[in-house]
Amino acid sequence: MSDDANGFPRPTNEPLVVLQDVNKHFGDLHVLRDINLTVHKGEVVVVIGPSGSGKSTLCRTINRLETFESGSITINGETLPEEGKALARLRADVGMVFQSFNLFSHKTILENVTLGPIKVRGAKAAAAKKRAMELLDRVGVAHQAEKYPAQLSGGQQQRVAIARSLAMEPTVMLFDEPTSALDPEMINEVLDVMVQLAKSGMTMIVVTHEMGFARKAADRVVFMSDGAILEENIPEEFFSNPQTDRAKDFLGKILTH
Amino acid sequence: MFELIEEYQLLSAFWMTIKLAAFSAVISLVVGTVVAIMRLSPVKIFQSVGTAYVTLLRNTPLTLIVILCSLGIWGQLNIDLASRESSTFLVDNNFRWAVAGLSAYHAAFVCEALRSGVNTIPLGQAEAARSIGLTFAQSMRQVILPQAFRGAITPLGNVLIALTKNTTVVAAIGVAETAYRMKALAEFEPALLMVGFAIVALGFVILTLPMGMLTSYLSGRLAVKR
Repeated sequence: MSDDANGFPRPTNEPLVVLQDVNKHFGDLHVLRDINLTVHKGEVVVVIGPSGSGKSTLCRTINRLETFESGSITINGETLPEEGKALARLRADVGMVFQSFNLFSHKTILENVTLGPIKVRGAKAAAAKKRAMELLDRVGVAHQAEKYPAQLSGGQQQRVAIARSLAMEPTVMLFDEPTSALDPEMINEVLDVMVQLAKSGMTMIVVTHEMGFARKAADRVVFMSDGAILEENIPEEFFSNPQTDRAKDFLGKILTH
Repeated sequence: MFELIEEYQLLSAFWMTIKLAAFSAVISLVVGTVVAIMRLSPVKIFQSVGTAYVTLLRNTPLTLIVILCSLGIWGQLNIDLASRESSTFLVDNNFRWAVAGLSAYHAAFVCEALRSGVNTIPLGQAEAARSIGLTFAQSMRQVILPQAFRGAITPLGNVLIALTKNTTVVAAIGVAETAYRMKALAEFEPALLMVGFAIVALGFVILTLPMGMLTSYLSGRLAVKR
């Protein structure tokens, strides 16, 4: 992979996550309207849009934490299974980082990171621990390994959550508003980890309100409103020259201060 | 007073109460956990079976269940829980059917206590477990149940205390536990009735008070910090 001017590897042309005509309702509310989206290997796609636009739902649908009614989602060419062991196996390859971190409260930081590799991948405890410590070191919380999640700050917990996902060696990572529950001074420590991840060539789908991150790390920005994708563009183009009124309005509101 | 305790074998009666409570507690905990898992599982048929179990057992009087076990399942259907060759056949068989009845009944309450524990767990815990690829069984075992037990210690303690006192019901099928001896005492020593009552009541307080204290201590100690 060749790098671009900012040190980010260029995405490939291999489709990794493909959504076709995905539709979903919550009761009467049409939360996803004919969603078509292709994310290529190595690509960083940032999904933005107003609250209630369906961007979180989109993110959660990709590893089937939410069901959908029609359309199809494939990951690496494989159709998303509906349930059971096949779905569990596929989820193991799709990392997910939540807004509320969701670290396992009754397990230590280290156990949080080793649980998946040991139980799902069948890794040996010693090897899983070694790998977990490397990852925790990479996200800067190795010295907290024996503590429990509640003893860590939000930013630290979220970095552990990223390490927990990375321990599964996912092919793609989903971020569902990873910094929205954080105090302002902790947002950057999480974004820094995500930028590093993008530089390492990880395929990422990121739902966020952090426009700085979108400008810096995104290969493509997807703008959603009322359950539909209204615009897709490279960040410079999207931010300087939005096409739809809805996007202009949205950007006008968030970029004025 | 000591003569009274000795004559009516109150110590061995209390020992029987303890044995009944201990065996039933363990079995009802296991059965109740299984029923709770069924109710929480995504499979409709398991959910229905679990719900039916709880509805049926929780709403049937314990006396009825215990007598059904003894007179119905053993007496009519001749299902033995001990060897007929054994010299202690009647005592063993009665004891085991008593434990079976007590366990089946209290398992319904254990199940509901556990479900209340599950309700203390944020939904995100299960989602995180699923998203790293754990199967339903693995996420139950590794993430949900450990937190559910910790969140359910107080209601589980209540079930244990109720179970201990409810063992007195099996006097109805002739298991020589405390209430059974107490009945004999009331019949033959009416003059000492109040003393007998006091001894038995005190005995139960001695049994159940530590349970309450222990559960209060554990629920604080093991609480999951969020």
